Amino acid sequence: MNTRAAKAKPKAHVNGANDKQEFLELYRQMCLIRQFEEACGEQYSRGNIRGFLHLYIGQEAIAAGVMRSLRAEDYVVTHYRDHGHALARGLDTNRVMAELFGRATGLSKGKGGSMHIFDAAKGFMGGHAIVGGQLPLAAGLALACQYKGTGGIAVVFFGDGAVNQGVFHETMNLAAIWDLPLLFFLENNLYGMGTAAERTRAGGVDIYPIAGSYGIEAAMIDGMDVLAVREATGEAVKKIRAGEGPKFIEAKTYRFHGHSMADPARYRDHAELDYWLSRDPLKSFPKMMLDRELATAEELAVVRKSADDEVASAVKFSLESPPPAKSELFTDVYA
Amino acid sequence: MAELTIRQAIQRGLEEALQNDPNVFIMGEDIGKYGGAYAVTSGFLEKYGPKRIKDTPISEATFIGAGVGAAAAGLRPVIEIMSISFSLVAFDQIVNMAANLRYMSGGQIKVPMVIRAPTGAGAQLAATHSQSFETWLAEVPGIKCVAPSTPADALGLLRSALSDGNTVIFAEPAQMYGVKGDVPDGRFTVPIGKASVQRSGGDVTLVSYGHGMRVLHSAAEDLAKRGIEAEVVDLRSLSPLDMDTIVASVHKTNRALTLDMARRTGGIMAEVAARLQEAASDWLDGPVARVGAEDVPWPYNRELEQEALPRVEDVLASLKKSYGI
Ligand SMILES: Cc1ncc(C[n+]2csc(CCOP(=O)(O)OP(=O)(O)O)c2C)c(N)n1
Ligand SMILES: [Mg+2]
Repeated sequence: MNTRAAKAKPKAHVNGANDKQEFLELYRQMCLIRQFEEACGEQYSRGNIRGFLHLYIGQEAIAAGVMRSLRAEDYVVTHYRDHGHALARGLDTNRVMAELFGRATGLSKGKGGSMHIFDAAKGFMGGHAIVGGQLPLAAGLALACQYKGTGGIAVVFFGDGAVNQGVFHETMNLAAIWDLPLLFFLENNLYGMGTAAERTRAGGVDIYPIAGSYGIEAAMIDGMDVLAVREATGEAVKKIRAGEGPKFIEAKTYRFHGHSMADPARYRDHAELDYWLSRDPLKSFPKMMLDRELATAEELAVVRKSADDEVASAVKFSLESPPPAKSELFTDVYA
Repeated sequence: MAELTIRQAIQRGLEEALQNDPNVFIMGEDIGKYGGAYAVTSGFLEKYGPKRIKDTPISEATFIGAGVGAAAAGLRPVIEIMSISFSLVAFDQIVNMAANLRYMSGGQIKVPMVIRAPTGAGAQLAATHSQSFETWLAEVPGIKCVAPSTPADALGLLRSALSDGNTVIFAEPAQMYGVKGDVPDGRFTVPIGKASVQRSGGDVTLVSYGHGMRVLHSAAEDLAKRGIEAEVVDLRSLSPLDMDTIVASVHKTNRALTLDMARRTGGIMAEVAARLQEAASDWLDGPVARVGAEDVPWPYNRELEQEALPRVEDVLASLKKSYGI
């Protein structure tokens, strides 16, 4: 059983009622992602979403916690498990869902699908489905920020599986020698598809020490704790903006479902899953708010309801949206 | 004779090799404990153990390159790439190592290895996951490239690949693992470099491979209703190409159509059409009819993807245009 995250110390500081709005917002984002993903699973079984679908359920605290430190001029790049990052970055819920439905109103007009979500206007530069392929792109975006002096940075999300691709190492090296304003954010959910990280990673499941060998400062945090994520990201982003070059954060987390809809996840034992389910951020975070009297049960219920409604209307919007015109097959190939 | 699926035929070929040749081992992502993304190696780890069935990190360039090294030192690696779309990150190792080493070393280094990978569009996996790089690899001298469309060919070609002295790319049509067919008993083989006539007819020669065969067989049925007898040829081997079988068929039919389920431009069928033009232009009643996927990245949306993929209607329309039939 893998319960590594238990050893990562919770770092969150709570500053009383001032944080109330902020915490409710974090909770709203996590609820939105959870509800969105549940709806995706259902729509997949109805055949409205097809192809490969990778749910983010269990990892919500990361997307929600990271994005709070970002600004409009920053870039976000991620892999195919991308809905959570997209929603937390503030992409339009309707248009993300419509993309999964393959509709003309989707962010990529239905051409990209679940694994390839883009919203360039929001600095959301994909959704990339070749493992590790997004890392150099993020370096280039960070280079552009540095070159133009925009003050922006790039954040790149990737999984424990991606660290075994050569481009991961090459990107860290390049980012380090050029002092790129780039945050490497590793979501270590302990598995790359059906393979446990401990079986494919020399040096064990803690990956962040690799960053040190490139001279990149790294931290490991509990990815089930949205405040720990927010705090660690805030610190790292501050240093990156101050010109300290790339930083690295590893968050231990867990996907509660299989790798994709095709994966029944038989390779994980029940005790392990139960352990991680018991750390569900959608349970622990509202509980903390209630315990510390930062919110009432009614206030939390209102947040949940608004997330449910937003997702329900996104499904409705998608169902009512037209498919792309046949002529779209030939557009967007060249400038 | 036994009825097997393509998946079972490949399993049989792999198991035979594991049992008969101690130098054979299999490696790839999620092939062991998980049983393979398309369940081809399901149960293998339990049966053959971790020395023979190696789960790899997601490091295609390195485990394919390591396969080259192992082969050069006398082993016979069988590598599974989860999708041929992911072979791109390992192209340098495939082309510069697996394919070029023998030549560059004046014949000293041999790389007998099989690289298996599912290929092809049609499952709404969008641009990054739907590509057909066997048509790129078929151009590379020094490696061979085969693509079965029936269970018997899958087993026969795999046996040949496993005893070949070169690296063989074994492209498996991803949508056809469940296709059933009769497989002869005994140790028959299908030679690499030999096309197969799957249906005979005297009026028109239809050529494709892999997923394209389903389209050609439907087209042949449609044509038969109009009294036109199509000869349906499965390339099976993209490299080396068996032009003799195709040219012999064209001598009989005087008409030819090539179908590529991969993008039309620069695909292997473009080569077939060009060679037909060289070898049989006097025999052809019109230009070789060519059908292929649209020259665009693969879209996710189902209607767009179907629009990009060649269909029976496209085959029939193309024949009408070239030959008026
Ligand atoms: C180059 C490449 N190889 C293999 C795959 C197939 N694949 C997709 S996701 C995945 C596992 C990745 O795991 P990880 O990086 O830990 O991310 P997670 O899915 O756990 O979020 C694999 C093997 C791929 N998409 N690209
Ligand atoms: Mg992972």
